[in-house]
Amino acid sequence: MAYFWSLAALIPLNNYGHYIHWGVIDISLANFIVIVLMIIAFIAALFLPFPGRSRRKESR
Amino acid sequence: MSTAEIERQWTTRLRKRATGHLPPEKLLPDTQPAYVSSWIYVFGVTTLAALMLVILSGIILAIRGPQWWHSSSIGHFVNSTHLWSVEIFFFAMIVHLWGKFFMAAWRGGRSLTWVTGVVTFLASVGTAFTGYVSQTNFDSQWISTQAKDGINATGAGSIFNVLNLGQMLMWHIVLLPLAAVLLTTIHVLMVRVKGVVPPFEEQNGATK
Ligand code: HEM
Repeated sequence: MAYFWSLAALIPLNNYGHYIHWGVIDISLANFIVIVLMIIAFIAALFLPFPGRSRRKESR
Repeated sequence: MSTAEIERQWTTRLRKRATGHLPPEKLLPDTQPAYVSSWIYVFGVTTLAALMLVILSGIILAIRGPQWWHSSSIGHFVNSTHLWSVEIFFFAMIVHLWGKFFMAAWRGGRSLTWVTGVVTFLASVGTAFTGYVSQTNFDSQWISTQAKDGINATGAGSIFNVLNLGQMLMWHIVLLPLAAVLLTTIHVLMVRVKGVVPPFEEQNGATK
């Protein structure tokens, strides 16, 4: 349990959230990070080789 | 009963239509075209898997109720499972949506697939929102008191009152999930009926 709480303390949730202010754009840091992760996942999905792809191409 | 009469029965017609559009080998195909072996195609089924987890954890929350999910550690766990599968659901759905947008996957008579996707997205946003205001904690209190002004300003507040916990909970656990699951079923069946959209080069008949 002590280990669990020390992990929980890694991200302090009892403070005010962090916000990014960029002109007309106001976004919480958490939401911004999620959007960046989605973009990374999208680009990775396009470029990472899919396992078994070459094998299947040959049999086509 | 004559053959003509049997042919005219709605059950006969329905069966013929259903099996005509979706014979078993099309409903659960053994192979997919080569272009489907890309990670971008994994996000649709990830969304589907996450949705199943959302529904499953939601059912467990409904069985035990708010006191349980607020006060016991297993309740917290199932509550967190519900929240995090929703996070994965939206994450995967949006990457899926981007993928389909840039493939123009509505081509070739697939508009209903795209449109059911769009409406599922909207229903999911509504489900998430009514879920946030149904938590029965300070968070939901804050969110609903913030949201009421916006929603009341549109006039929708006269039938959709975000401060009415009973109503919000009903929307969250009955109406909207029902809509989302129904739409998702049509969405996925449409993909099976139409087959996965070919890349632009294949469509134009160019060789690789
Ligand atoms: C509950 C949310 C959703 C689920 C569970 C879901 C699931 C799926 C699955 C399993 C497929 C087939 C595999 C694939 O191509 O990835 C698919 C295809 C497709 N999805 Fe979704 N989807 C969802 C939301 C959306 C949204 C929001 C859009 C766009 C607005 C969308 C547009 C499409 C299109 C156009 C196809 C057809 C692709 C083709 O024919 O090649 N979907 N979806």
